[in-house]
Amino acid sequence: MSQKPPIDLQSPFRRKLLVGSAALSATALLSPHALAQQFPTAKVNTTGLAVTNSEVTVGILHSVTGTMAISETGSVEAEKLAIEQINAQGGVLGRKIKFIQEDGASDWPTFAEKAKKLLVNDKCASVMGCWTSASRKAVLPVFEQYNGMLYYPTFYEGLEQSKNVIYTGQEATQQIIAGLDWVEKEKGAKTFYLLGSDYIWPRTSNKIARKHIENKLKLKVVGEEYFPLGHTQFNSVINKMKLVKPDVIYAIIVGGSNVAFYKQLKAAGIDLTKQTLMTISVTEDEIDGIGGENIVGAYACMKYFQSLGNPNNKAFVPAFKKMWGEKTVIGDVTQAAYLGPWLWKLTAEKAGSFDIDKIAAASPGVEFKGAPEGYVRIHENHHLWSKTRVGRARPDGQYDVVYETKDLMEPDPFPKGYQ
Amino acid sequence: MIFGYSIGDLGSILVMQGFAGLILFSVFVLMALGLAIIFGQMGVINMAHGEFMILGAYMTFLCSHLFQTYLPGLFGIYFFVAMMVAFLVSGALGLATEWLLIRHLYARPLDTLLATWGLSLIMQQAFRSIFGAREVGVELPPWMMGSLNVSDTIEVQINGLFVMGLTLMITAVVALLMFRSRWGLQVRAVVTNRVMSSAVGIDTRRIDRLTFGLGCGIAGVAGSAFTMIGSTSPSAGQLYIVDTFLVVVFGGAQSLLGTIASALTISQSQSTLEFFMSGSNAKVLTLLIVIGMLMLRPQGLFVLKVRK
Repeated sequence: MSQKPPIDLQSPFRRKLLVGSAALSATALLSPHALAQQFPTAKVNTTGLAVTNSEVTVGILHSVTGTMAISETGSVEAEKLAIEQINAQGGVLGRKIKFIQEDGASDWPTFAEKAKKLLVNDKCASVMGCWTSASRKAVLPVFEQYNGMLYYPTFYEGLEQSKNVIYTGQEATQQIIAGLDWVEKEKGAKTFYLLGSDYIWPRTSNKIARKHIENKLKLKVVGEEYFPLGHTQFNSVINKMKLVKPDVIYAIIVGGSNVAFYKQLKAAGIDLTKQTLMTISVTEDEIDGIGGENIVGAYACMKYFQSLGNPNNKAFVPAFKKMWGEKTVIGDVTQAAYLGPWLWKLTAEKAGSFDIDKIAAASPGVEFKGAPEGYVRIHENHHLWSKTRVGRARPDGQYDVVYETKDLMEPDPFPKGYQ
Repeated sequence: MIFGYSIGDLGSILVMQGFAGLILFSVFVLMALGLAIIFGQMGVINMAHGEFMILGAYMTFLCSHLFQTYLPGLFGIYFFVAMMVAFLVSGALGLATEWLLIRHLYARPLDTLLATWGLSLIMQQAFRSIFGAREVGVELPPWMMGSLNVSDTIEVQINGLFVMGLTLMITAVVALLMFRSRWGLQVRAVVTNRVMSSAVGIDTRRIDRLTFGLGCGIAGVAGSAFTMIGSTSPSAGQLYIVDTFLVVVFGGAQSLLGTIASALTISQSQSTLEFFMSGSNAKVLTLLIVIGMLMLRPQGLFVLKVRK
């Protein structure tokens, strides 16, 4: 992390302003009100968004009830923290962020309906939201029809790109390829056993993994299996893996199934400190439910771990815990959700406007140096350049980072040769 | 070489798979017992069954915390206490539910379906408000983890043995209650002919309430035991409910023996099929088998012979 610039939560815009206008008195400059006057509402908002001289409204759209509340709670918390921090620094273009929160209730049509409400009735300048691909697919037509801006935090399967969405999580290749390369080189792995829950993300991800293992690494996949969402009995497949003895178990199991899977692995005597297991679906959040002692030794391939030692993260983790309690943990997606409001603020200041079209156009190239994961930058395809990291699970539910890619990985939502 | 495995391997596959099937069988019986008792006796389909299980799981979670904080020396045996607490709390809530909700709806069986489904939503949201939306991890005493090595390739899981033992015990207790106690006699009388039993002086309302409470209590114990193998979160009950209904309906709703036989059939076919194909496909095939059987025997595997 030596090449990283020192912590900087200020926007590039504000720095430029500070340098360029030394003649003005400092107090006038730092007062948000004065800033707002420099950017009159009529100029920064030509399309009738909910922007006043002192406030700008954004939406938060996640499930806080229903099955998905387990996962989405962290994202909501991160977004609120980011908004509070931005407001403490004077807001966006001199305006405080006000948020309207809606509950998607783990139900995809509800997501679409609430998205429409946030865009049409509330005229939100941007929306931070969605978690599952299904919910994103449900709101996508709404955002495109009513021209809204969605900041979507989850790592996902790729195969999508929209003017109206910024994907702050990794698409599949960013999460998979570097991890497989690492496990091949570091562990001398020759055979892989792919597991997944039975829906689009694990299937697409395993497809990419298989292509990479077979075509690029020239190694062998000795099994590939899927289980219905919510499956709780893994004894049969565990027996099978005991006989096949793969070098690497590659697991993309989600939700409650995760808990069952790792508890049963442990009960069956498969010691993850000896058997290499790599997952892309278990963050610190999930370990809370699984229990650290049941998954110790497993490798996870993510872009963020709570244990990262960079200065940004050392400020972020205590701030998060101060707001949401000492016991909360921060997983990969929670961090990606935290990026949403910041990237939007930086983009608005780069564009000098809240207009959706200008935000969409100004997004590529926007960089956030204060990201807890380190430096990130928005790509032309509206995904983020970010590093891939491999962590090893500790008994206390945290990960030790054992590897990180030297360079930022390029997002490639439509990977050639992997479909 | 058969299916790419050697003879020795196949031998251990057989043993390990047999054991996996037995664990699944115990899990199914444990899940379905409470539901089967209630359905068989009162004709009420308790859609909140999964939530009663999760209530038991949360009680276990609370107990594990209490023991860790106040009685760390006794942590090794906390699980037994937790199961009892789970039984009492779920059972008590079951009694209350029957009194407040179900008894007003006996004449309208379809409405009990809706009412208990509503109850399940209320309970889920209550769990979420009290314990938080995230999954909680229930820590087990060390002796319950791991497995016994029988040979190189054969390992027997301790928590699997525990679940099997527990299922055996609970089934035995329920069978004793049903067939050797005065209460059981009355229950069987009510199942056979409600009006007549009432006429000969059996307090059918009291019987109903106790049955409902017992069913929910067993669900609580099952939930407590499942913290060993599954997750504890507000909506985890939904994971179990489909399998549970499957077992009960397939077994023939009014027969304990049917429930056990059906759990055995489904668990064995599921775990055997899973070995030869992917988990999703195994589930599809199992469901097809069940549908096929139900087309031939719509009343389920075992039925009480009642003169109508």
